Amino acid sequence: MASLRDIKSRINSTKKTSQITKAMQMVSASKWNRAESNAKRYAPYMEKIQEVVTSIASGSTDASHPMLKTRPVKKTGYVVITADKGLAGAYNSSVLRHVFKTIQQRHKSADEYVIIAIGRVGRDFFVSRKMHVELEVIGVPDQPSFSDISDIAKSTVNLFQNELCDELYMYYNHYVSAISQEVTEKKILPLTDIELSGSLTSYEYEPDAEAILEVLLPQYAESLIYGALLDGKASEHSARMTAMKSATDNAKEIIDSLSLQYNRARQAAITQEITEIVGGAAALE
Amino acid sequence: MKTIKVSVVTPDGPVYDAEVEMVSAKAKSGELGIMAGHVPMVAPLDIAAVRLKKEGRTDYIAINGGFLEVRPDVVTILAQSAERAETIDLVRAQSAKERAEKRLQGNPDSIDIKRAEIALKRAVNRISIAETK
Repeated sequence: MASLRDIKSRINSTKKTSQITKAMQMVSASKWNRAESNAKRYAPYMEKIQEVVTSIASGSTDASHPMLKTRPVKKTGYVVITADKGLAGAYNSSVLRHVFKTIQQRHKSADEYVIIAIGRVGRDFFVSRKMHVELEVIGVPDQPSFSDISDIAKSTVNLFQNELCDELYMYYNHYVSAISQEVTEKKILPLTDIELSGSLTSYEYEPDAEAILEVLLPQYAESLIYGALLDGKASEHSARMTAMKSATDNAKEIIDSLSLQYNRARQAAITQEITEIVGGAAALE
Repeated sequence: MKTIKVSVVTPDGPVYDAEVEMVSAKAKSGELGIMAGHVPMVAPLDIAAVRLKKEGRTDYIAINGGFLEVRPDVVTILAQSAERAETIDLVRAQSAKERAEKRLQGNPDSIDIKRAEIALKRAVNRISIAETK
């Protein structure tokens, strides 16, 4: 049986760990709140731009743009959104596992794909597996603004425009609720699956539809990436919050069982002492 | 006078939302003035100021590209970033301008030149708007 002092020190160290995880849980909770409201603020922009893209792309059949056309695929781009640090449960590993599996299934050689990594964990994962990471961003703030990622979003869209890759997929954790996130695959380019929804307005184009698509489509593709990042951030913070909450709960359980053990050991020591005293007194008589 | 609703939306949230009498913007193809009842239209915008006239005064907003969507009762400006004249940080804009100028003087064969030019245009636009307010 462990000595009283051993148990005591284990209780203390577990307590300290649980204080840290508790603090991290609370930090994540407030970050998650902000991330959720960021995602909400972004929603009207996305809705609006989607509406205009849809009505132009579906309204005028004569307007064409390279971003709307599917071309033979020689190289595929994968945008992978992960966090910069761990301690977020399965948040990073589930995305990375999914991407890794998909790439292995779809491609035979390393020339057929490029990886665009957002987040340190994803970057390190692919680099350590000797997979080619074309672009990377690490140290994205917890509450990203559009300017923080506009550079990588632009360069990513340029990869497609310069025909360095012929299709672009994006992988991230979609935020469903505070306790559930799901790995999502989304095709960014070419824009083939534009949904037709709601009432369409027919517009006058100034100067013409093609010139507008020239401005609109890159902006749309970039904002898709930004939207996924916001979504991913909300998932990250809620995943971390949940992970830290269960760590705190587990620590509490351990402390409870250790305290029980400690009390038993203490009781046993007292009983033994009494027995010894009684035994000693009896021997004197 | 009849008014038209204007909203300026960026990925970081709405910047401006109000009823105005007239919207003037600089589209890629030239200046545009829009009042209530305009025919539905879409036009890409230049990096410039958007002027919103209401009740005898004018609000200025610095727009970094993007485009403008017009409906009979509402004008929506979608830009990747936009700032109201009151919120422009003049010091930051000045330093952005200097940075861009320095970069333009650097190696002329790099691809960053185009980006620096755009950055310079943005900075100059923001400075001029901040000074006219």
